[in-house]
Amino acid sequence: MSEQCKFKNYIWELPVRWCHWINVICIVVLSVTGFFIGTPFSFGRSASDFTMGWIRFIHFTAAYLFAVSVISRVIWSFIGNKYSGWKEFFPLATARGRHKLLRMLRYYLLIDKDVPETVGHNPLATTAYIALFCIYSTMVLTGFALYAEHAPSSPMHRALGFMYALFSDQGMRLTHHFGMWLIVGFVINHIYSAWLMDIKEHGSEISSMFCGYKFTVKKED
Amino acid sequence: MNNQDDGAENSLLEHNCAMREYSVGEILRERGVSRRDFLKFCSAMTAAMALPVTFAPKVAQALDEVKRPPLVWLEFQDCAGDTEALLRSANPTVGEIVLDILSVDYHETIMAAAGHQAEAALEKTITDYRGKYLCVVEGSIPMRDGGVYGCVGGKSHLYRARQVCGGALATIAVGTCASFGGIPAAVPNPTGAVGVKEAVPGATVINLPGCPVNADNLTATVVHYLVFGKIPALDGHGRPLFAYGKRIHDNCERRPHFDAGQYVEQWGDDGHRKGFCLYRMGCKGPATFHNCPTQRYNDKTSWPVGSGHGCAGCSEPAFWDTMGPLYKRLPNVPGFGIEHTADKIGIGLAAGAAAAFAVHGALNAIRRDKEPSDENREG
Repeated sequence: MSEQCKFKNYIWELPVRWCHWINVICIVVLSVTGFFIGTPFSFGRSASDFTMGWIRFIHFTAAYLFAVSVISRVIWSFIGNKYSGWKEFFPLATARGRHKLLRMLRYYLLIDKDVPETVGHNPLATTAYIALFCIYSTMVLTGFALYAEHAPSSPMHRALGFMYALFSDQGMRLTHHFGMWLIVGFVINHIYSAWLMDIKEHGSEISSMFCGYKFTVKKED
Repeated sequence: MNNQDDGAENSLLEHNCAMREYSVGEILRERGVSRRDFLKFCSAMTAAMALPVTFAPKVAQALDEVKRPPLVWLEFQDCAGDTEALLRSANPTVGEIVLDILSVDYHETIMAAAGHQAEAALEKTITDYRGKYLCVVEGSIPMRDGGVYGCVGGKSHLYRARQVCGGALATIAVGTCASFGGIPAAVPNPTGAVGVKEAVPGATVINLPGCPVNADNLTATVVHYLVFGKIPALDGHGRPLFAYGKRIHDNCERRPHFDAGQYVEQWGDDGHRKGFCLYRMGCKGPATFHNCPTQRYNDKTSWPVGSGHGCAGCSEPAFWDTMGPLYKRLPNVPGFGIEHTADKIGIGLAAGAAAAFAVHGALNAIRRDKEPSDENREG
């Protein structure tokens, strides 16, 4: 256990934390309602019930919220502090980033025993977030393309016209299902890694996502 | 060909030519169709074209005045199902549409002429009325190996399609095969089958997919042309918006059961007997654009979902390859056993990830870490 004095750094700004937790809520809500929409069981007692109707309403509302949250986070990566900046997400592009990434990978593969301390994002994590962002985009595009079919030749249906050229209708559904399972796999990884880094780095990894502060031995430049 | 045949052919052609001098309304009256029945037909067509009811008199007036366009009906790689659908349609009857509203000069299944006589009738129509006749195509066109996999009267389908559709005022591709290649074009598509638009890119093509085509939609398309003098507004797949502008799921008579959460869970179960939603049984209504729920088949008698079977998605491009399995919601995943749905693979992936991280966590828990060296610290 560390006996050194640690410095308090403000890392995650409010929009970053809000986007993170909105995404969490949306992913849970979208996965549960989405799974039901894909494999419904007969909840309805009479034809005047609106069970599936409400579940789909919740799914679509959460989908809009999620899309806005993802887009907001992308915009914030151009206006926020350096820890939230877009450059963080491409560690492979810089020599320093590649070095950090390799260190982190060696620790994860149980080769090295000292935990590389990171102030902002873990470079291994940001690389995964880029893949995650691609999955998010696919989910948003396939989801809204399927949703827009209720109103053909509406502005949304026209704007997503390229999706109907790229995918068959059923192919879009299949992709949308797979995307959910990939996100579920990511969530398992993400929670585990946050827990692991919290207990290994002693930098208050998990609580930083609530309060925004992380702790490091050296003071920031 | 002997002289007697020649005489018969000539009188047939003369008859056809003479008939064109009369308007549709006059011919119908001559045939003993009452004014009342004629107006009923006009109202039905107005409804099929998704026009307001106030258009019915306009339709009637236009049909009263318009001259019948000559029409040829070509059959390629097909099952003649669309012809069957046309022959079985009760309102308008085949007598009304094929013989009275249109001047069908060539139709392999129903024409009286045969052999050289028939071929001559086709040649005469497409030369005499070049750019003025309508062409209806049923069946896909084989393209592989120069189109050798199908021919009628010694001419390959590809040659005929280019010759006849290329010179037509407009081509109406009836059925999914003529529109998108359909079942002959399903994987592995041994004959290289394609729809009319792909075989003759320069032709003006209106696609009326469906297996079979709804004869009402065919008549409405022709009537639209007769009334307005132009082809109806089309969607991205070349289908008239009046018939393919809405999704089956959104107009379905079982839709209230979908929204309520009442589903058929097994064939013949209580829900099936009560007419609940067929979504769980693999109905492709949510993926299919067609006016089946409102127009229905066989004189508005019924349609698949109406009689307790899910939609097969037959009016969508590549339906055979992308809409299967018929009784499942999602396609099978290539490379996995046919019983493995996307969700089963997904659960496997998630469980695998969870197990891997559980092992990783256990290894980390029993391992003693070093404090990071200064070199490994940031900040």
